[in-house]
Amino acid sequence: MSRADKITVSFLLNGEKKSFDGYPMSRLLDILREKAELTGTKEGCGEGECGACSIFFNGKLVNSCLVPLAQLEGAKIQTIENIATNENFKKIQSSFIENGGAQCGICTPGMIMAAVSLLKKTPDPNDQQIREGLSGNLCRCTGYTKIFESVVKACQQLGVSS
Amino acid sequence: MRGVTPEYELITPKNLKEALSTLDSEPDKWSVFAGGTDLMVFFESGDLPAGHWLNIWPFEELRGIEVSEDSVTLGGLTTYQELQDHPVVQKEFPSLCHAARLTGAMAIQNRGTLGGNIMNASPAADSPPALLAYDAEIELIAKESSRWVKYCDFHLDYKKTLASPNEILSKIKLPRTKEALLHYYRKVGTRNAQAISKVVFSGCAQKKGEELKNVRIALGSVGPKVIRCLETEKLIEGGQLSQELIENAQKKLCSEITPIDDIRSTCDYRLKVAQNLLGEWLNSCGTG
Amino acid sequence: MGHKWVGSSVARKDGLDKVTGQAKYVDDIEFPEMIHGITIRTSIARGVLKNIYFDEKFNWDGFTIVTAKDIPGKNIVQLIELDQPLLVEKNICHADEPVVLLAHPDKDLLQKARDKVRLEVESLEPIYTLQDSLAKKQIIWGKDNIQKSFLVQKGNVDSVFELAKKDSSIKIFEGEYFTGAQEQLYIENQGMVAIASKQDGVTVWGSMQCPYYIHKGLMPIFHLSEDKVRVVQMETGGGFGGKEEYPTILAAHAGLLALKSGKPVKMIYDRAEDMAATTKRHPSRTLHKTAVNADGKLLAMDIDFTLDGGAYATLSSVVLSRGTLHAAGPYECENVRIKSQAVATNIPPYGAFRGFGAPQCVFSAERHLDVIAKELNVTAEKIRRINFLQKGKKTATKQVIQDEVDMNELLTFTLEKTDYHKKLAEFKKHNQTSSVKKGIGFASFLHGAGFTGSGEKNLKSVVGVQATKEGVIEILAASTEIGQGTKTIFAQVAAQAMKVGIDQVHVVQPDTKKVPDSGPTVASRTVMVVGSLVESACLGLRAILLESGFLKDSDTNEKVTQACVQYIKKFGSLKHYSQYKQPPEIKWDDQTYEGDAYAAYTWAVYLAEVSIDPVDYQVTVDRFTAVQEVGKVVHPVLAAGQIEGGVAQGVGYALYEKVIWKDGKMANNRMTNYIMPTSVDIPEIKVYFHELPSKYGPQGAKGIGELPLDGTAPAIMNAVDNAIADIAKDKKPLNEIPFLPEDVMQVMEGELR
Repeated sequence: MSRADKITVSFLLNGEKKSFDGYPMSRLLDILREKAELTGTKEGCGEGECGACSIFFNGKLVNSCLVPLAQLEGAKIQTIENIATNENFKKIQSSFIENGGAQCGICTPGMIMAAVSLLKKTPDPNDQQIREGLSGNLCRCTGYTKIFESVVKACQQLGVSS
Repeated sequence: MRGVTPEYELITPKNLKEALSTLDSEPDKWSVFAGGTDLMVFFESGDLPAGHWLNIWPFEELRGIEVSEDSVTLGGLTTYQELQDHPVVQKEFPSLCHAARLTGAMAIQNRGTLGGNIMNASPAADSPPALLAYDAEIELIAKESSRWVKYCDFHLDYKKTLASPNEILSKIKLPRTKEALLHYYRKVGTRNAQAISKVVFSGCAQKKGEELKNVRIALGSVGPKVIRCLETEKLIEGGQLSQELIENAQKKLCSEITPIDDIRSTCDYRLKVAQNLLGEWLNSCGTG
Repeated sequence: MGHKWVGSSVARKDGLDKVTGQAKYVDDIEFPEMIHGITIRTSIARGVLKNIYFDEKFNWDGFTIVTAKDIPGKNIVQLIELDQPLLVEKNICHADEPVVLLAHPDKDLLQKARDKVRLEVESLEPIYTLQDSLAKKQIIWGKDNIQKSFLVQKGNVDSVFELAKKDSSIKIFEGEYFTGAQEQLYIENQGMVAIASKQDGVTVWGSMQCPYYIHKGLMPIFHLSEDKVRVVQMETGGGFGGKEEYPTILAAHAGLLALKSGKPVKMIYDRAEDMAATTKRHPSRTLHKTAVNADGKLLAMDIDFTLDGGAYATLSSVVLSRGTLHAAGPYECENVRIKSQAVATNIPPYGAFRGFGAPQCVFSAERHLDVIAKELNVTAEKIRRINFLQKGKKTATKQVIQDEVDMNELLTFTLEKTDYHKKLAEFKKHNQTSSVKKGIGFASFLHGAGFTGSGEKNLKSVVGVQATKEGVIEILAASTEIGQGTKTIFAQVAAQAMKVGIDQVHVVQPDTKKVPDSGPTVASRTVMVVGSLVESACLGLRAILLESGFLKDSDTNEKVTQACVQYIKKFGSLKHYSQYKQPPEIKWDDQTYEGDAYAAYTWAVYLAEVSIDPVDYQVTVDRFTAVQEVGKVVHPVLAAGQIEGGVAQGVGYALYEKVIWKDGKMANNRMTNYIMPTSVDIPEIKVYFHELPSKYGPQGAKGIGELPLDGTAPAIMNAVDNAIADIAKDKKPLNEIPFLPEDVMQVMEGELR
């Protein structure tokens, strides 16, 4: 049985430079939730299937349950707590509240990260693009319908809708 | 989760050279860790043999997509998203793009790498059949060697490959052609996204009049490794596309693949669907 | 006048916290010195526990170890039959049954300890299917494996079958229908945090639907009185019934570890454990023997309905009850016999899942009706129209329908909205030349809201309302917000009754120390039953204010707030409770199982359009339409959300979700291998509500939470049948779900080898 040494890794977390100690294989998800006390990012499956743990890693949507601490040196990480502070992204969040995009809320942080990621790449997505953009985020409550509507209405709010 | 975190060493060598050096000095001790989308899943279910891993994620030499006149070369760390975004790959290797688009979903595609997918050597992998259909070659580098191998020779058996323990997959080369190609890719999964395939089929051929030339037929999830169906290809090669030929080809395909019953599907289903996929492709070649 | 909050789509009360990641679920909280707990479980499905060995070479320092011996009170999971132990003492009745609990501050060390505990067992021959249980291959529960049975009789079915022997105008059709297990798959795994001590008692925080079920369950286990047990609901990430009864077990486990260690203990299941060890929907087999005349008029319905209960009874009797009472569908028939039983198998116990017995029965009834229609050469539409229940007609339990509902009108509406007749013809033509087969089909059904019969009377639910010093109206109810919108709906009902702004109302987070027992959050009762109590409690509070002189009848909003403030200044506190009273006209006999099974029913017609790919045999639902009569739509967005979410679960139930058992263990207990639909698998879902206000719900509202699970799968399968029945090589009627592509292939291609 091998025993790894703990490492110290520094990265930008929601705009602030932070350092964390941990085992190299520690999941980013656990670093966020337990060490950084940012519990907005959730664990739903521990296998990269449900997307509840989605965050931005150097601007790209990834599952934080699949990122080990050792790969975070110098990275730029953003979580749902950071998205909440951006004016444009706030419109996406309000749209979810008003249009039934959130029910039990456990998939919601990940779903919003995915929606933000989608809209960054495709500002005025059609139905198929929305479905595909969110296909890595499982929701058991909504049947997705009102999530799609929330994204569409958010686009209208953001003035990007055609 | 079941992984016992302290039992896994994951170190980041200073550079690629040091990584290769470490691998070379203790090839049975160290393994390579790329995007983590396979390895972390094994780790969390408690199925990753405890060990020593080398983090190659930071090495830019393993990234990038280069286009030359006769080939497109992708770095081993090219992610599924990166290859989908590349205009030449989109245009000339649509099956590979299609495969990448159907791998997991967005978040997986931003981290999963083509090199990692190849080296993980799952028989159910989505991109390898497309790579086989495109006659890919891969470069394996070690501390004191580098070699190109034909991808169709790479997989030997279930999770057994030509790669030596001291090698890293550095490049994937796809030969370009000026000829018009008939591309086909279809993944039959358990659902439309975030799915492991039940059958994967990729076909490629040139059409000369009524005949198909340079036929490539590659499948996944129908045996212990991804395969080219050489006998089926031979049967179709140079032959006139007809209902009879298609039916014979389908029969031949059955004899070349060895699917099983497993947690996702059945042998019968895989056999029938593989035949259906071949039929769908060949029929479209006839009308295309 | 007061604003009409009921009927408008106000912003979700808990929305902001959820979209910003601020909402606190059980895994988000921590206590000083908190440690973690895991469960060691059996690997065999049936046997006897001989001994427990702890690896001597492993360092057990700092570990808290709990077995059945450590239970201060009774080793029993408090539910209905009292047959299930909290921890295995001797008898092993299913795989993944809990035996040992371990706690330690280091999560990694805990994982390491998992395989350092060895259970010495002696195996016994298990049974895994309801058929084997019925055949009594082994007796594993009680005297005859039967956890519960019911018999409902109306008229005389046997006399009709006798008559049929001589009268050829009476046709008899038999059918056998199967539904599989289904995992609730809430995205938040089950979890609890517990603090316990002999002096102070037990407090648990967790993911749950029913705080008072847990409260009731912990008392005998810890041998504590009511006031020494406290249960607090955290934000809960989905339940769907999966967190109705199971959390009591997890709460008790965490509590035992907390008691022994003297530390706060957190136990969160990972996905694999949650799927393998917790409850799922009961698999079922329904046998129909039905007599009809040439037009399809139902003359006799003989239904034999069996549920696989798993190893322990849990809620099987109630699931069986609801299934039994929904088995005959929204149809009138003079002669009905429903014989039902829940039988035991050595499978982890099945339990509550949205629909609760009705999805199983409605699937069978609606498939069977379509099968009969086809055999008689009568349309699916006609056979329903001539049989629909309506006001004044009697159900199988002889309940006289009081609703003004017109199922014919509901059906007409649905068929028109979906262009049914046009599509029926279009698809028939299309299928003649296309290899992609299209089909259209529907299901008509009803769902009883609230607990069956005397259930609500026995629950005696209570709701409280109080005003704070600042005049904020607080609702005190045990009903939990689990995504369906409880907090918002209650606030709407309360705000309207109190004539205040929606922001002046706050629904207190369920905590047994603060809220009375309003009954469980299940059975589509939250809006109708508990919502009514919220309304009456608020009306009562308003009456107190009116009587005190601080409030005038026409006062609203700020004036109400002021009145509360003044009242409290003078009298110290302002509080009012309302308790459920069974309406005197609701009469139910538990012995004969006759009478008014439910105070109110919702009525629905669901319709699916499908296409079937000839290459991979995948059934795709292209469009889905859900039409239901619900009394009153309290919140249009939330209501539609309930239907859409339920339809999605129904799509999974019909086409994707299969639980694979291997030697009594769930083999596909990972999200990779248990397939629920993603955003690219779900059709466009159109939802329509009709409203015939019921006197039993606030502003006329009835319950809708479970309704969509009843009609979705049969609508889809009737559509699939429409698509491929003519070309199917396997001529047996489609009678089983889940219906996977591998099964579609079997039907379309016949035996291949």
